[in-house]
Amino acid sequence: MYRYDGYDSKMLEERVRQFRGQTQRYLDGSLSDSEFLPLRLQNGLYVQRLAPMLRIAIPYGMLNATQLRKLAFISSHYDKGYGHFTTRQNIQFNWPALEDVPELLKHLAEVEMHAIQTSGNCIRNTTTDQFAGVAANELEDSRPYCEIIRQWSTFHPEFAYLPRKFKIAVCGTEEDQAATQVHDIGIYLKRNDSGEIGFQILAGGGLGRTPVIGQVVFEYVDKCDLLSALEAILRVYNREGRRDNRYKARIKILVRETGLEAFKAKVFAEWDKLHGGALTLTDSEIARCKGYFQDPAYENCGDAPHELTDALARDVMFASWHSNNVSPHKRPGYAAVTVSFKKTGYAPGDVSEEQLRLLADLAERYSFGEVRITHNQNVVLADVPQTRLFELYSSLAAGALEADNLNSLNDIICCPGGDFCALANAKSIPIAEAIQRKFDDRGLLADIGEVSLNISGCMNACGHHHVGNIGILGVDKKGAEFYQVSLGGSSKRQAALGKILGPSFAQEEIPEVIANVIAVYRDQKTPGESFLETVQRTGLDPFKARVYSKD
Amino acid sequence: MAILIRTHGNAPEVEKDHWAMLQAGAGAEVFPALRGKHVLLPLGLYLHEEDEARSQLAGVGVWLDSHEQAEVLAERLERLPIIAINFPVFSDGRGYTLARALRELGFAGEIRAQGDVLRDQLCFMQRCGFDSFALRKDQDTEDCLAAFEDFSASYTTTTQQPQPLFRRRS
Repeated sequence: MYRYDGYDSKMLEERVRQFRGQTQRYLDGSLSDSEFLPLRLQNGLYVQRLAPMLRIAIPYGMLNATQLRKLAFISSHYDKGYGHFTTRQNIQFNWPALEDVPELLKHLAEVEMHAIQTSGNCIRNTTTDQFAGVAANELEDSRPYCEIIRQWSTFHPEFAYLPRKFKIAVCGTEEDQAATQVHDIGIYLKRNDSGEIGFQILAGGGLGRTPVIGQVVFEYVDKCDLLSALEAILRVYNREGRRDNRYKARIKILVRETGLEAFKAKVFAEWDKLHGGALTLTDSEIARCKGYFQDPAYENCGDAPHELTDALARDVMFASWHSNNVSPHKRPGYAAVTVSFKKTGYAPGDVSEEQLRLLADLAERYSFGEVRITHNQNVVLADVPQTRLFELYSSLAAGALEADNLNSLNDIICCPGGDFCALANAKSIPIAEAIQRKFDDRGLLADIGEVSLNISGCMNACGHHHVGNIGILGVDKKGAEFYQVSLGGSSKRQAALGKILGPSFAQEEIPEVIANVIAVYRDQKTPGESFLETVQRTGLDPFKARVYSKD
Repeated sequence: MAILIRTHGNAPEVEKDHWAMLQAGAGAEVFPALRGKHVLLPLGLYLHEEDEARSQLAGVGVWLDSHEQAEVLAERLERLPIIAINFPVFSDGRGYTLARALRELGFAGEIRAQGDVLRDQLCFMQRCGFDSFALRKDQDTEDCLAAFEDFSASYTTTTQQPQPLFRRRS
């Protein structure tokens, strides 16, 4: 993974010192609430329902064991012993005291971590596919380009006060686990007709109140032109994005109101000025960044060793976990393991101090000392020898991390919701738990197959409900919490927005509603058809008929 | 006379402000009262009455509001010693792009930040091409002078360092 040099370290030190001064001036009254607000947000600090919430950046989801242990330390010293993995591959803590945050940031800086631009109207943490660099079907590892974007966007002096937040994802895999098309800018590695690899760049995607799938702005740019193309888009957005209404301030609204062709013309006019200039990436810089993401020292070994096949034959629980949570790897004899943070009874994405330490140990023992946080709020050990999968599996139960429900209905993406978040209209964690309890049966989940279920506690859509195969949105109806259900969303290559099923439901009705939805799928499905494929084929009518039936 | 911070090269200094600012909506009829003064005109007035202003005033500059565009001044940049950019509120980031656009058009004169200009935005303003800062009245000038030292380097291009860090890293 990327390691800081003298420049990175110095700028981070300076940032910590700057924020210490800002916090001091806020506490002594010389900085007003409204003036401190964007400064603290750009350091990840929200003021929440119960206490401040600090969101710490995990660039494109990568963490090493030392960093995991530091997060464990922070959770015990500054929080109540746990954190929460977010859908931007970050981690947030819900209890640090405002006056402690500068010191906390100093601890983070010691392990090359920070909370820079994890909130506020600026360019946020760049995300990518959690299997980058190890996926078998990958065009090229996206992480070096994520790092290049991280550096360009960090402390970019022109784009610190954008109309609204700005999210970028990069993806080089066929499947797309990064929800690339619902980002303000989505970037796909792409091969052109001459066989060279460059980028396709989409803009104007996003979720929130107005969900939109991004549209192609640059069909293909050479690798060296990545930053000039991004700068051109950001410039048009900074100049022309709406600032009169925060609900219309995202770039998706600018693209829609301007019209795609007119928007592209503005971007290209800007790009004409920047193209070929100092932002043009050099071969040596691309090579330098690629150097940080070289393959680890894999051993030569074959697939399906007897240590694995023997264990699969004798332990059905392991076999189930292996079938659900273990992904193929580009390298023979290795596998990518996803550790589920969705065990029933545990808030999705919540991670305890003990689990953070366990992950650090497991990463060192089984996966070259690194992990990746996924946008589905799970954790990947990307480089595990197949000979040691059973051993790894056997170590997970100590941290209650052995759930074999990956990609199943119970692998729920869920925001913190009304239990923690000041913005939420409704709770989301208890909804997730009620559904998980209803379906907490290995055989049943296996029979249902792959379904993504996403829950957001308000229309800001942090749980990405629009792109869940099943989406659940908490709404406020005259002070009471209700839940709207949508079907048919997807965040993959064939991205789609879910369609609302009908009138919303009370909290206690939701598990039964989901059970009915699943029952319709099982009635309607043709052999081998996934939940999403069935919904796409049948439309919503059979689901509506069952769910809203008076009987 | 009001004071402001100017950065000649990189070192910020406190100076007296020699420019008077005319509010938006003012017309050429106010010029006689300002005879002999250096005046920043709102963009519309400057575009329509530049000759008249030059005949009556000792110095003519212009100020842009955050929604106005730099390109309309492209043909007149050589005649302008100063262009001010207004920040109606410090969180309106359009002024940063405006300043960069002016520098990229080749403007070499003074670019002044005016309006809601606060300590914690000065460093990035300077990096986008501002070299003079008419601080909001309540700002602590000494503290503001220190703000330019907040960061010693930048990853991306700045007016002071047109080569991004990746071209200078060894």
